[in-house]
Amino acid sequence: MVNKDELGRWGEAVAANALRNRGYTILEQNWRCRSGEIDLIAVDGDCIVIVEVKTRRTTQFGHPLESITPRKCARLRILAGEWCKSTSRPGVARLRIDAVGIVGDGTTVSSIEHRIAVAS
Amino acid sequence: MTVGRTRAVSVVGVAGRVVDIEADISSGLPALVLIGLPDAALAESKDRVRSALANSGFAVPPQRITVNLSPASIPKQGSGFDVGIAVAILVGAGHLSADALTEWVHIGELALDGRIRPVPGILPALRAARDAGFSRVVVPHGNRAEAQLVPGLDVRPVASLREVAILHGAECAEIPVEPFELASVHDELDFPGDLSDVVGQPEVVESLIVAAAGGHHMMLLGPPGAGKTMVASRLPGILPELSTEDSLDVTSILSVANSGSVSRLVTRPPFEAPHHSATGVALVGGGSGIIRPGAISRAHCGVLFLDEAPEFSARVLDSLRQPLESGRIVVHRASSVVEFPARCHVILAANPCPCGLGGGDGESCTCTPIVKRRYLGRLSGPLMDRIDIHVAVRRVSAALVREGLPGSVTSHEARERVTSARARAIARWGDINARVRGGVISAAEHRLPRNVTAPLDRALERGALSMRGFDRVIRIAWTLADLDASASPTTEHLNRALFLRKGMS
Repeated sequence: MVNKDELGRWGEAVAANALRNRGYTILEQNWRCRSGEIDLIAVDGDCIVIVEVKTRRTTQFGHPLESITPRKCARLRILAGEWCKSTSRPGVARLRIDAVGIVGDGTTVSSIEHRIAVAS
Repeated sequence: MTVGRTRAVSVVGVAGRVVDIEADISSGLPALVLIGLPDAALAESKDRVRSALANSGFAVPPQRITVNLSPASIPKQGSGFDVGIAVAILVGAGHLSADALTEWVHIGELALDGRIRPVPGILPALRAARDAGFSRVVVPHGNRAEAQLVPGLDVRPVASLREVAILHGAECAEIPVEPFELASVHDELDFPGDLSDVVGQPEVVESLIVAAAGGHHMMLLGPPGAGKTMVASRLPGILPELSTEDSLDVTSILSVANSGSVSRLVTRPPFEAPHHSATGVALVGGGSGIIRPGAISRAHCGVLFLDEAPEFSARVLDSLRQPLESGRIVVHRASSVVEFPARCHVILAANPCPCGLGGGDGESCTCTPIVKRRYLGRLSGPLMDRIDIHVAVRRVSAALVREGLPGSVTSHEARERVTSARARAIARWGDINARVRGGVISAAEHRLPRNVTAPLDRALERGALSMRGFDRVIRIAWTLADLDASASPTTEHLNRALFLRKGMS
């Protein structure tokens, strides 16, 4: 069995793959600043997407998406702003915050859910 | 995903209003959002509903669930919306088919394990549902007796959320649960003692019968131990049975005033005797969240007995003035304006002075005149002016006690006299004497001849009677005539009426 940090990294990789399959371009993975970390930053058409990935082994303690609280969303908005300030990418027209919830054990995925624009 | 819809009833005061419940399940982070002006108890509903759904075997979708209570602008109170919210979510999540569920009204509070708890106010809620044209209602098992009181409804008492789902066609196995029962608050009416228990006070008993027959408010003044409380508590026993409409009103008030449930219609007039430390809100009704009826509304169609009346705060007593006149009380709060019926029979009891021994010969009274005046002066003039009958209650003399005491009339006999007198008044002008409009009494066909009203005219000229007093004395005289089964009051009746009103002042 993998430990929780490995599970998280595995989940982020699964999410990145899933997004690439949907036609997104991944710009950054685990982007850090002093306020915290953004799991994935991707581009969907003309829109920058900030993605929070949550992975759990089971739904026994609730669905992974349930752990993304309003407080977490507020933090993601701050991080999004930080990234915009730091990026050299010209003219970010649109920006949204997505969430991906994954249930899996580190090798197989039993469910993956992608929610669009959760903290607008 | 569809939008799940069903109905519930919001009860404010004793009036209900049918409310639409909509549940929309949309993509987004898992959350249950409740909108439409819920109060604190209702806002917690989302946590009860979530647990109850999960523990009943229905998966709550990990999505954003928005529950709207419409019309969104009226405030909604209490926990009775839980079942409706759960059913709307079940429809939205596809566990139930949406067909015809908008025809159903759901009332009940959910326990965390999915069972359904009884709620107060079922009777007014079902009356509102019926009046709004709904015929099918789901009520908590513990409220089934109260729900049966409203005829013409298809009432389904249920014990658990699972049972509701099965009722609406969900395919799941029935799991028997132990239903929540509610101790009935009104199983047996504690019937007050009989009027014949009152001994050696024939004139007081007679005054009580007059008060009952005409619906006149009454004041009993006398030393401690003379039997004021005893006399007052016999009044509900000699009032006639409540009419069907009154009975529904009284039971509705009881249903919202108590946290328990009522199991049958109240048919006897209620009796309320608030303690003299009562506040204005306790008497007229109020409260910051849920607005509850006060003592004056709980005594609707019955008797409000204020023992030791001068000990009440003057503001509290004066808050009775307006409802005594109009027969209803309107309570204003920031959240809503609620009207309660408050047509009650007021009986005041007081000692003549702080030591209690004044009045009559008053030999052993130790109070100074100024203290005595100040004591009864706490009862404001405008309030006393609304009290038609003033009776002095004296202590029963030792001689009477030794003699073996003549038994007075029984409650049953008195009630028959009261009932027939009331019937005469209602046949004459459609209401009891104390309540009929002034214009009806002074109309030409009921106006009393000059020679009959002579004693009253003199009192009015002397200034001993106010114009309202004049009117009230005429009403008492009509009541006396009704009790004697005479066609109209005679001078004798008017003299007695004048004595009953002014007898002790």
